[in-house]
This record gives sequence, structure tokens and C-alpha cells, in this order.
Amino acid sequence: MNESLLINFAVVILFLPLLGFIVTLLLGKKVSKIFIFENLVMLIGLILSIVLLIAKVTTFNNVSISSEFMWIDMGDVPVIGQIQIFLGLLLDDISALMIFVVFLISFLVHFFSIDYMKGDIRYNRYFAYLGLFTFSMAGIVLTHNLLMMYIFWELVGVSSYLLIGFWFEKKSASDAGKKAFIVNRIGDLGFLLGLLTLFLTYNTFSFVEIFTEISQGNLPLNSEFGLTITGIFIFCGAVGKSAQFPLHVWLPDAMEGPTPVSALIHAATMVAAGVYLVVRIFGILTADAMLIIATIGALSALIPATIALTQNDIKRVLAYSTVSQLGYMIMALGVGAYKFAFFHLITHAFFKACMFLGSGSVIHAMHHEQDIQNMGGLRKKMPITYATFLISAIAISGIPLTSGFLSKDGILAGTYAFGTLTGHWYFPFIGFLVAMMTAFYMFRLIILTFHGEPRNKEKYEHAHESSFIMVMPLVVLSILSFFIWYTPNPMDPEAGWMYSDWIKNPELHTPENLRFGFMQSDVTSVITPPGEHRIMYSETYTAALHHVHGSAVFLSIAMAVLGILLAFVMYQWKKISADILADKLKPLYKFSYNKWYFDELYHKIFVAGTIGLSRLIAWFDLKVIDGIVDGSAAVTKAFSKSIGWFDDNVIDGLVNLTASVSAFIGLIFSKFQTGKVQTYIIMVIFSLVILLFLFKSF
Amino acid sequence: MEVTLTHFLIVSTILFCLGIYGIVTRKNAVMVLMGIELILNASNINFVAFSRFGNFGLQGQLIALFVIVLAAAEAAVALAIVLNVYKTFVNVNVDEIDSLRD
Repeated sequence: MNESLLINFAVVILFLPLLGFIVTLLLGKKVSKIFIFENLVMLIGLILSIVLLIAKVTTFNNVSISSEFMWIDMGDVPVIGQIQIFLGLLLDDISALMIFVVFLISFLVHFFSIDYMKGDIRYNRYFAYLGLFTFSMAGIVLTHNLLMMYIFWELVGVSSYLLIGFWFEKKSASDAGKKAFIVNRIGDLGFLLGLLTLFLTYNTFSFVEIFTEISQGNLPLNSEFGLTITGIFIFCGAVGKSAQFPLHVWLPDAMEGPTPVSALIHAATMVAAGVYLVVRIFGILTADAMLIIATIGALSALIPATIALTQNDIKRVLAYSTVSQLGYMIMALGVGAYKFAFFHLITHAFFKACMFLGSGSVIHAMHHEQDIQNMGGLRKKMPITYATFLISAIAISGIPLTSGFLSKDGILAGTYAFGTLTGHWYFPFIGFLVAMMTAFYMFRLIILTFHGEPRNKEKYEHAHESSFIMVMPLVVLSILSFFIWYTPNPMDPEAGWMYSDWIKNPELHTPENLRFGFMQSDVTSVITPPGEHRIMYSETYTAALHHVHGSAVFLSIAMAVLGILLAFVMYQWKKISADILADKLKPLYKFSYNKWYFDELYHKIFVAGTIGLSRLIAWFDLKVIDGIVDGSAAVTKAFSKSIGWFDDNVIDGLVNLTASVSAFIGLIFSKFQTGKVQTYIIMVIFSLVILLFLFKSF
Repeated sequence: MEVTLTHFLIVSTILFCLGIYGIVTRKNAVMVLMGIELILNASNINFVAFSRFGNFGLQGQLIALFVIVLAAAEAAVALAIVLNVYKTFVNVNVDEIDSLRD
């Protein structure tokens, strides 16, 4: 197998879902079984991506393969210079892993949906949309330049809009679709500004070329500030897509879409695209930009976690949990824990997709009941769903032996090390606090849904374990939540192939003086062979990480156990009544239950503000602009009237005067015209006599 | 006293004036024609007189002869017209025959 074959594989993988989308969309109405084709396409894509991943991590472990072609050649543009836009694919360690994750989850969601969506009137179109989404996501993952990423970024936005609003007959669903799209646009504006800044500076969109330029010391806008601001601009795109604070409001609403869609888009892949983008540009982030990113991430981890504590909608709890976990990843990137962030992206994708599909299974069994207060006791009715959900919850809580423990512990250790090195202690503080809250609300969810006595007897009686088609994806995903796939040592991720081999530290291109102190590459004196990634962390960082690792492990396990215990005490054994506690902390409870009033706040400020502004402009339009128009009309009218009067009286008067003068003269002369020859003769003679007298020369 | 050109001219002038007077005052078309004859004869007198007292040979007399012939022809045609007018309008009053005016 050689590099060009691998690239061909990537091209096929990219376009397979598009083929599926087109065929399914076009034949959807005629061929009712066309969804099988879409599923088949995804299966082929999955197999190819597995082959790709294996080939990448074995034979081509240290190379990043890229291939490009010229898309637009504008030639020599005055002032700017040569403009040629290239499109192309890039296969490196992260894109190969990511494309596998995307296709695996996409395929499982397709498979799950066969039963979940059964009976829907737009059954085939649903699969077509899933195909479009997978195509867009594959584009984001495989692209080698920012422009193509931006294009697919928007395509993901469109397909997400289509899928959230899939049941558009429901007002709330179509509203949620719009909300997601519009909120995303705000972030995308920043992304666009960022990539235009880069293009203006370097005349290229290609990651590799931009990175090379920056490591040679050419900064955007020729200033260090330019590099920082570019990083933050591009990060804005990630804030939108990954639902980070303050643009996180769309994700909980997006739960209006079908549940498998939530699993695919709003848990595992699309929201991961933002993190993936930051991962891609990690090498050019300055210390200032990273601090901002870390802060946003920390806020996004903390705020939704507090909201998730009190929500009663099974999908909303998961949605806020997703925002919180994405915040974790962003925070990890901000504090420089690059590998852990990407690792958490993958592990989270598996167990969160599993939980979402599990919630889909529960919702399906409960006949579209989503309120956990009406559930309970489902453990006996749905043992497999319960088991897989429990495994995922344990994983997300960060209990050892699970994948979640490995990645989460890594992130916490990363923030901890960051705290010791820079003194920003609130990152680890928030990290550990959120870890506890995560464990608490996840087990609250499990206890209320699966344990105890059923609170809605009637629905409970009808509940049943889902079919094989719906259970199989759950099992696969929960199996992937165990540690064994990533490392042989359940306590130390660094021992595993994933860490030592698959995910590599990226080259840093930011000038040394703009990095964090611990990222100075004081080890780069070791000459590395070309194509191999440079070591990015200083020894002090590695030392700090190793130093805190033990206590981080201890603390994170303690936090998780504490959270789980608290959940059991409050909801399983009812030692502390949740209601009384909520009553005692009423303001806090209300604040959390109402999601920190973000929706209301945004509605007051932005929606009402926009409406107010529109009113003001409408008033201006009506009064001032229309006034000017009306005024000019009135002036014209008056002017026309005066002209009309002038016409009627002066001009017409002159004409009439001429006419009446002629008539008068005519009247006089007509008197002479008697018709009598004798009169004429008299006149002739008379005139003759006068003429004779006048001309007499005698 | 010798008869000079002036006397002839005075006679012809009187004749002309009488002719004019006849044309203008008479209502009867025949009388009008008679006025015209008077005018023609006044001019004949002038022709002959100027021919007699000027150095023109017989040219004046000859023209007078032509005028007499013409006057005869004119009288014939005019009387024919008058007869036709009379046939149409049952009178020959020139004041009343003015239908062309309308």
C-alpha cells in the first residue's frame, strides 16, 4: 500500500456519503427500501476508514500525507499578487483517527435509526440528511486547508439545521433549527474573519503553508497581536460549533431533533468539529489566545454542569453534559494538554453517543416520554440499555478501568500541572468541581430513570427492551468505553499505543516569546528527522505533569466517587431529600433550573434589542424617510399646480387672445364680403381713386 | 372755339362715370350690361381721340373696332347668361342672385 492509494481511499471515504445522500434523496420517494443503500454506503465507508486508520498507524505512522489540486486560479491580481486557491486532503494522525470515529458513530447511528425512525413519513429523507451530514463532517476532518474546512463547516451547519428541524411540523423543532443555525453563524463570522486575516497575510489557506510561514517569523498583520487575534477569531468558530459559553444556548434546544441525530451530531461529531478545529490550529496559538480559550472552556465546563444538576428532561441533561465535556476539551487545549483533549474527544464521542442512543432507546420504549420524573425502575424492563448506559455513565464520571477515566484524568492532570506552572489555579479547581458534578448528575439521571419504583405505572407496563437493531450500537459503543482499547494499563494512558504512537504532539509554530513558559522547546536541540514532529513541551512541564499525576488520579477518583455517592444518598437511599434541599437553596435551584436565565437574557438583549432597533429604524423610515418623500411629493405637487395655473392663464390666455384678435379682425373684414358685385365695384373704384391720389406725380 | 383732346376726354369721362353709375345703381342685370356698354364706348372715344391727336396712325381706330366687336360678342354671351339666370331664379335682380356667396 502506498501513499497515493491511501489518498484515493480518503477521497472515496469523503464522497461515499455524498453518493448515499444524492441517491437516497432522489430515490427516496420511489424506492421505499433505499435506506438500506445508505446504510450499506456507510458500512463501506466504515470499513475503508478502518483500513485507512490501520494503514496510517502502522505503515505511515510518522508521515502526514496530503494531496491537493488547484481549484481557482485568479492569476496575477494587482496589489495582492498571485492568487491560487488549492483544495486538498490531509491525512495525519488526528484526521485518520477522527475519520474513523466519525464513520463508526455515523454507521451505528444509521443502524440504530432503522428501528428508531420506523414509521416516520420522511423516513428515507432522514437517512439522506444523515448522509449529507456525514459527508460534511468527513470534509472537515480530511481537509488540508482552512477554506475547504470553512465550506464543510457551513455544510455541517446546514445538515444540522435540517436534522434538528426534521420534525418541522413542531414549532419548537423548527425554532430550534433556526436558533442553532443563527447562533452558529455568529461564531462562523469570527472564523471567517480569522481565515481572511490569514489569507491576506499569506495568500494561502493551506495549514502546512501557513504554519511554515509562521514558524519562519511572518506573523499575521505583522504583529504579535495579529497572531493572537487570528487564533481567537478562528476559535470563535469553535465556540459556535462546539456550543461553548456564551454561544452554548443552541445545543440544549437542538434536542428537538430525533434522538439518534442528537447522538451523532450533538454529542459525538459536529460539536467535536469545534474542538477538532482548535486541535488543527493548536500550533499557532499564542499564550494569550490559549488563556482565553482555556477560560472560555472552563466557563463552558462549569456553567452547563450546574444547569445539568437540576434538569428533568433526559436529553437535556445529556445535552448540558455534552457542553460541559466539550468545555473540558477546550479548556484542556487552552492549558496545553493537547493529547488529552483529543483523546477525550474520542472517548467522549463513544460514551456520549452510547448514552444518547441509550436515551433514545428509553424514549422509544416509553413512547416519547422524555421527563425522568415519569420514569424509574426501567432497569428490569431494559437490562441491556441499562447496562450500556451504566458503563457509559461510569466512563464519563471518570472511574478507573474506563476510557473516560484515562482521558479525563489526563485533562485534570494537565490543568493541575498548568496550575503549578503558571499559578492559574482556578482551572484545576473548576476541573475537579465539574468532575464531581458530572458524576452526580449522571448518576442522578441513572437512578431516576432506571432505579427505584416506576413513577408512571402505565407507561412502565408498556416499556420493553428495544430490538437488536437498536441495542447492537449501544453494546458496541459501551464496549469501546473500556480502557483496553486504548492502553494496557488502566491507570496510565501514556503506557498505551494511543498515546505513545497514534496521537502525536504537534509542532509548535508560535514564536518562542509568545508561548507559555513551559512550552519553550528547550529539547529541540535534538535534531529530529524531517517529517517527524518536534517535541513541544519543556522538561519542566513533563516533570510537572508526572509530579501531579498521582495526586490528580487520586483527586479525580475521589471527586467522581463523591459525586456518585451523593447521587445515591439523595436519590437512591433518599437520606437527603432532594426536594427539601432544593427548597432550602431555592434561589440557586431556580437559577440552575432556569439555565442561568441565558435564554431569557439573550432574548431580552439580542432578540428584543434587534426588534427594538428594527422598530427604531422603522420609525425613522416611516417618519423621516417617508416624510422626505412625502415632502418632496408635496413640493412637486405645489410646483405643478403653479405651473398649471400659469399654463391655464398666461399661455392659454395669449393663445386665446391671438385667436380672438383674429376673430375680431375676421369679423370686421367679413363685413366687406357682401357677395354683391356692385359693392365690390364701388370699392374698387374708390380704392383706385385713392391710389391715384396717393401716387399722383402729375 | 376749337375742339381739343381735352373736350373728348371730358366727354368720355362723363360717359364712363355714367356707365359706372349705371352698373352700381341698377338692380336689373340688363341695365348693368348697358352700363358696361357705356364704359366700353367711353374707352372707344378715348382710343379714337388719342389716335386722332397723337402720332399713332390708325391704330386707335382699329382697336376701337375690335372693342365694338368684342362688345357685341360680350353682349350676346351676357344676355344669354341673363336669360339662363332668369330661367333659374325667375328674376334678374343682381342683389338677390347671391347663392355662390354661401
